[in-house]
Amino acid sequence: MKIWIQKQQALIDFTLASLARRKLKNAGLLLVYTLIVFLLASVMLYTSALRHDAAAVLKNSPEVIVQRMVAGRHDLIPPGYLEKLGRIRGVQKKEGRLWGYYYDPVVKANYTLMVPMAEAPGAEKVADANIVVGAAVARERGLVPGNLISFRSYSGKLFSFTVADVLPHAAELVSADLILLSEADYRAFFEIPAGHYTDIALSVANPQEVRKIASKLSEALPDSRPILREEVLRTYESIFNWREGIVLVLLSGSILAFAIFAWEKASGLSAEEKREIGILKAIGWETGDVLKMKFWEGVLVSLTAFLLGYIAAYLHVFSFSAALFEPVLKGWAVLYPRFELTPVVDGFQIATLFFFTVFPYTVATIVPIWRAAITDPDAVMRG
Amino acid sequence: MAFLLTFVDAARQNNDRTEMLAANTGLVEKLGLTDLCLFTEARYTRHPSQADLHSAFQDHPMGLEHFPSGSLMPPPRGLAATYENLDTKTASTD
Repeated sequence: MKIWIQKQQALIDFTLASLARRKLKNAGLLLVYTLIVFLLASVMLYTSALRHDAAAVLKNSPEVIVQRMVAGRHDLIPPGYLEKLGRIRGVQKKEGRLWGYYYDPVVKANYTLMVPMAEAPGAEKVADANIVVGAAVARERGLVPGNLISFRSYSGKLFSFTVADVLPHAAELVSADLILLSEADYRAFFEIPAGHYTDIALSVANPQEVRKIASKLSEALPDSRPILREEVLRTYESIFNWREGIVLVLLSGSILAFAIFAWEKASGLSAEEKREIGILKAIGWETGDVLKMKFWEGVLVSLTAFLLGYIAAYLHVFSFSAALFEPVLKGWAVLYPRFELTPVVDGFQIATLFFFTVFPYTVATIVPIWRAAITDPDAVMRG
Repeated sequence: MAFLLTFVDAARQNNDRTEMLAANTGLVEKLGLTDLCLFTEARYTRHPSQADLHSAFQDHPMGLEHFPSGSLMPPPRGLAATYENLDTKTASTD
């Protein structure tokens, strides 16, 4: 065993010296290889962290949201709807939600205006003529608690509010564009009469019954559209899967270009390499030794590229907030949450990335070497 | 070595971020929020889980998607599969 290890060490030393002889060529290959791994690993780490955060954060969202649809569009819940829901067995709590959008022409941003739910755990009311703003709104409009801000409502009236508080920066992932206000202010601002709601949040006593209750809802109120929490979570799961897929499709061009480059580099032997193999065989190396030496060459190049690329991707996503992806993710939005992702390192994903980056290159190096190594040294040297 | 350090760092940062995660989770529960605030440019990108099935054609029947985030978001689930066909699945008399 000890002899075997010593032999491998000697082979690795020899391979490193051989790689160092073609410094520029190998450094170029390593750089491109590392860049590809970096891009793939960045996408992988970013989407898996977002997916993980979405699932963790939204696990306490309302169990069922009931919307009312009119001509294929989301409409207000009319008075009497809540009472109808109360007759469905298994519904523990029901509360009308009031929320809507407001476009602020000053900063060209969309805000989500919302009335805090009164019956939710830890609920706090916002006093009339006061608002609580999300951290991104405060940043964009330069607001601090105590400031006055005016919004022109859709009816043309001007409403002034005092900023009572700013939501914590830590919660920006869900609240960057939020403006919380009192029910009376909300109804006056959007001119929504009493008894009407945007939608209804239901909580169900037995989680096993959620689907059953949603079925009953659809029967009792055919114009309603129940949205289950599991659907919300699934939506986010599919969004991030989709986004990962889109980025990978965009990257596929460069990945293919690299694959051709690596295949060419790994499978086509240069005259110099052929000469080297010929000399090694002439001085007594066995075919197996030559193969092992080239195997180590493939492993060293691809493993170094994998490790460097992965570490760079980790730093990019978790230390520099995925700065390279930011312009793509921001879209046209003016308000963008500043958040740090919780690092999620999934062993299976790393293993997949490792398999698809290290393994093909290593195999691609072996085949042509084997072909060259089994031919007569004299013929190989003469080319 | 640095590769292994990423695992150590992930565990360390996970501990640090529990407070941030708790703040987000708490706010979701307190306000009854349903979506992450990632794209604020259109209502169906701000609240993808609440968007109706016709969002893609919201402006007019032949209207093309014009927000960049739209290309990063999947098509409404209803286009690819039946939504939740709950009304035909039961014959509850309750």
